[in-house]
Amino acid sequence: MQKVFGRPKGLTEVAFSFCPGCTHGIIMRLVGEVLEELEIIEDTIGVSPVGCAGFCQDFFSCDFVGAAHGRAQAVGTGIKRALPDRIVFTYQGDGDIAAIGTQHAIHTAARGEKITSIMVNNAIYGMTGGQMAPTTLEGMKTSTSPYGRDLVINGYPLDLPKTIATLDGVKYVASVSVDSPKNILQAKKAIKKAFQVQQAGLGFALVSVLSTCPTNWGLSPVDSLKWLRENMMPVYEMGELKVAEEVKNL
Amino acid sequence: MARVKVLSEYCKSCRLCVEICPKGVLQIGDKTNAKGYYTAIVVDEEKCNGCTLCGIVCPDVAIEVYK
Repeated sequence: MQKVFGRPKGLTEVAFSFCPGCTHGIIMRLVGEVLEELEIIEDTIGVSPVGCAGFCQDFFSCDFVGAAHGRAQAVGTGIKRALPDRIVFTYQGDGDIAAIGTQHAIHTAARGEKITSIMVNNAIYGMTGGQMAPTTLEGMKTSTSPYGRDLVINGYPLDLPKTIATLDGVKYVASVSVDSPKNILQAKKAIKKAFQVQQAGLGFALVSVLSTCPTNWGLSPVDSLKWLRENMMPVYEMGELKVAEEVKNL
Repeated sequence: MARVKVLSEYCKSCRLCVEICPKGVLQIGDKTNAKGYYTAIVVDEEKCNGCTLCGIVCPDVAIEVYK
């Protein structure tokens, strides 16, 4: 008998510290599989953010640098410019990349830095107790919006990948989800392409992955996936939002 | 034909594998691991066809599939 599924080499043996059912684990496994398949584990330097995603330095088997909150892409920019032959990626939650780090997200993209960013969007600040984030949906109840997000007071949810896709320095932007096996496989394809864009030295690539937070949403892991599918996927634009001409030939 | 193995020390009892398996091979068992989670167990190995759906949805990489 041959092993057809198991832990990829891109991940260490350390068990994930996330809550039961948190899809961070699925997304990290996909990145780990891509690192293994592209044979870039030894050449890759990841940059970890602050938040639940910040634990990722323990879980990936490549080198890692920890950044201050929201600054992962700025740190990644520095690493890539100093060591251009390495593969540099950031793994950030929405509270990191789309809130405190929005300026870096936009300017890293506008400068066309040759790094890859993975954004994990669960529409909430997970680690700190489920507060409202810029990505929180209209009417969504969180610990700081107990009556639901009011668009008049709190504004509209920020669709960061859609914004980033309008910038010229960006070569590849995709928004994917991990709510079903089919979408998980599509997410892996998008993540792989984002790394290939960097391998080819083309420019900035961003993959946004819709994720769940069963603990702070107050739902079971199974119901969380359903909630994501029914509520988040219609709000956020899904699919490949930008594929530059040179990326199509990859 | 195929064999599915649950690495119980990684399992957190989230039930995603139980819900996704089209053959009902997996269930949540009555034994806990060191963290205190009732882990998933293989109840009907004969039916497993090695589709790997359980592994694909597992958020803790707690499943290995052999074929």
